Amino acid sequence: MKNWTSPGKLRARGIIGMNRRNIRYIGRYNDRRLYPLVDDKLQTKLLAQKYGITTPELIGTVTTQFGVKHIAEMLAGHNGFVIKPAKGSGGKGILVIERVEGKHFIKPSGAELEIDDVERHVSNILSGLYSLGGSPDVALVEALINFDTSFAAYTYEGVPDIRVIVFKGYPVMAMMRLSTAVSDGKANLHQGAVGVGIDIASGRAVRGVQFDRPRIDHPDTGHELASLHIQGWDTLLELASSCYEVTGLGYLGTDMVLDRDHGPMLLELNARPGLAIQMANGEGLRGRLELVEQQPEGVPVAERVAFAQREFARQGELQSEEALEAVVS
Amino acid sequence: MSRLPFYIIVAMLMVVGIAMSIHRHIEFEVPWTPGEQRQVWDIEAQVTFDGNGEPARVNMALPSSQPGFRIVTEHTASPGYGLSFEEKGGARRAVWSTRSAEGDQRLYYSSQLLVTNDANKTMSTPPSPPVQDIVWQRPYDTAAQQVIDQAWARSADAFTFAQQLLGEFTDDQQGENARLLLTQFDRVPLLVRLLNQAGVSARDVSVLMLESGRRRQSLTPWVQVFDGEKQALFNPATGEQGRPDNLLVWEGAGDSVLEVEGGSNSHISFSMLVRNQSASAAVRTQQAKDSDTLLNFSIHSLPLEEQALFQTILLIPIGALVVVLLRVLVGLKTSGTFMPVLIALAFIQTSLLTGLIGFLLVVAVGLVIRSYLSHLNLLLVARVTAVIITVIAIISIFTVAAYRFGLNAGLTITFFPMIILSWTIERMSILWEEEGPKEVLIQGGGSLLTAVVAYMAMNNPWIRHITFNFLGVQLILMACILLLGSYTGYRLLELRRFKPVTED
Ligand SMILES: Nc1ncnc2c1ncn2[C@@H]1O[C@H](COP(=O)(O)OP(=O)(O)O)[C@@H](O)[C@H]1O
Ligand SMILES: [Mg+2]
Repeated sequence: MKNWTSPGKLRARGIIGMNRRNIRYIGRYNDRRLYPLVDDKLQTKLLAQKYGITTPELIGTVTTQFGVKHIAEMLAGHNGFVIKPAKGSGGKGILVIERVEGKHFIKPSGAELEIDDVERHVSNILSGLYSLGGSPDVALVEALINFDTSFAAYTYEGVPDIRVIVFKGYPVMAMMRLSTAVSDGKANLHQGAVGVGIDIASGRAVRGVQFDRPRIDHPDTGHELASLHIQGWDTLLELASSCYEVTGLGYLGTDMVLDRDHGPMLLELNARPGLAIQMANGEGLRGRLELVEQQPEGVPVAERVAFAQREFARQGELQSEEALEAVVS
Repeated sequence: MSRLPFYIIVAMLMVVGIAMSIHRHIEFEVPWTPGEQRQVWDIEAQVTFDGNGEPARVNMALPSSQPGFRIVTEHTASPGYGLSFEEKGGARRAVWSTRSAEGDQRLYYSSQLLVTNDANKTMSTPPSPPVQDIVWQRPYDTAAQQVIDQAWARSADAFTFAQQLLGEFTDDQQGENARLLLTQFDRVPLLVRLLNQAGVSARDVSVLMLESGRRRQSLTPWVQVFDGEKQALFNPATGEQGRPDNLLVWEGAGDSVLEVEGGSNSHISFSMLVRNQSASAAVRTQQAKDSDTLLNFSIHSLPLEEQALFQTILLIPIGALVVVLLRVLVGLKTSGTFMPVLIALAFIQTSLLTGLIGFLLVVAVGLVIRSYLSHLNLLLVARVTAVIITVIAIISIFTVAAYRFGLNAGLTITFFPMIILSWTIERMSILWEEEGPKEVLIQGGGSLLTAVVAYMAMNNPWIRHITFNFLGVQLILMACILLLGSYTGYRLLELRRFKPVTED
């Protein structure tokens, strides 16, 4: 019984479960016809470009097994790149190459690959190994993101990304995902990345989780998480919120990164975002979602972000975090 | 967007479902519980022949109450035919007749037999003493005589003699003489003839081996041997003495089973179904069937063949309900949404333990072979097809191996839905490559657990009774599933997952 809680306690916290998410939010606000826009990363990228949203630079795509043989030519001159399946999810099939030394391709973990290994990986992507339902897929080759140096101490061997849940265009909850040794250079929670809840108002850390259990420091770097602070938070929220107009999806998970040179970028969009973000924030989504449901349609992006920052601020906890920081230092 | 119409539909389904069930309970006195468990066999004989436009007369043997079975009711369906029953010397026969039978003709006879344990009731009157001056042609006369002499020397009375004689003719120890005789004569008439020649009263009877849910079965000939007042049945194929519990003597007077005058291509086939019912309920259901009204919209008014099918079909919603419950309320992960129901259906055929072992064996071996296939970089459809063939090969090998080791239970493994199994293997193997063995265990375990729960629900005598006898229950199930489909509360496993959030 020690590991179990009661429905009453969860309800009091406003936690929403899978059933509620599926029926009340995804089923009601996400039109099935729009799914392909976000389920295919290539389409998302093209769509974002149309709306002037920056995404990681596309080096090229591989669509046929024949094209696999020419991958070396495509990669020539790029020092770092990422190969991913267009219809993958949850970090599956993503190969991150940090740098190229002569004939060797080096992963963030330091492991070296040959061109043959890269070709086999691309070929597996094409045959649908990593894609929904195993259907044939396309491989995307993207330039490596050089993440903002301010995060260096919080992440291990990989780019941290920022997930914002956008409901009817309002940013309702956010978290940062930090890659770990287990997650192999990818910031996906069920691969073992650490999730850190971020206060919508300030862009500061609220609390952390790994594998659905609380965490106060990074498992590999050992750095405490409480001092995490995202620069340019307001711009980031506006970028996230504008994805509502871009896709038309009412309940949306936006994955963003902060690039050293190009600033905030959209990495991908998700029509069925997970629920772990509630754990990272120590708070349920329900209250916030219900508040947003009462808001009128057609409010401009800046106003929506301001509304969210006003309503969803975590003042109380922020102070306690700072108090905790004071105790630590 | 009002939910009102939805709740009205659910309420209507509930009300109609409950009303239908209550109506059936009151009007046709179908009990809510299976009650005292008595086995009742529904057996249906179907006679078909081509009429050639002339008057036709069909004479068919009927079973009588006998040790182990009591006939409760009998029915015939034969539009356009006159029907009469004949009885002589304890043997009953039905005679259908018509002025003109043209084209494809079908006659039905069905009876309900209650399984009893009054084993000491006498079976039938012994035949008149055997005629001993049977003429054999050369060289069969010497062969017959030698076989008889040999068996005679090794026996003490009629039954042991029959045992010895039949032993001579079983497949694995046929002697020279037996083989010679079998080239000329049919096995059962030959055995009876030999027995008679040795002065032992015997005759061939036609029996039906009862196996629930079987269709298009035919009668097999057995040998009945008499020794004064006593009698015994022998299986001509094995030489074993004694009546198996599931043996029903259909024709016990040594006459033919079916005689058709004025028609050709005549054929008789049987379907059967066992029900666990209280003895009185069996009778009542039957009576209800007679008073067929539109409201008595029950599958019991269908021919037996279709009933047997429906018994399983009506259970599928129960299995599906279990899946929905476990996924929506508990939050179990399964691989393939309704795969567990199909596995559970297979378990019903194989019995739980054999089913589980068989399933694990096939999937484990399949995964090993599939991991090799994944190196070949095949297209998906080709890969799954290769897995299907592999699964069939695995199942064949296991079946043969089980047979060699004398494990009859192993043979039932063929009831597994092979294509579904192949997809399971394919999915599990992708899962293994992507998420590692842990996720395979979680989803595989979830599927098996769901299948076992579904099996237990579908195999429960009470649930079987209710679903088979009350069609209204299907509407109630539908309403429940609709309600579950709009359940927005927590899943059981989420109470564990989200636990850390509630503590500070
Ligand atoms: N261009 C890139 N450069 C560096 N890391 C990347 C890049 N693209 C993806 N990643 C890493 O992989 C993770 C998953 O990528 P994402 O595009 O969100 O795919 P998925 O749908 O599988 O989550 C990201 O969180 C990030 O850590
Ligand atoms: Mg992602």
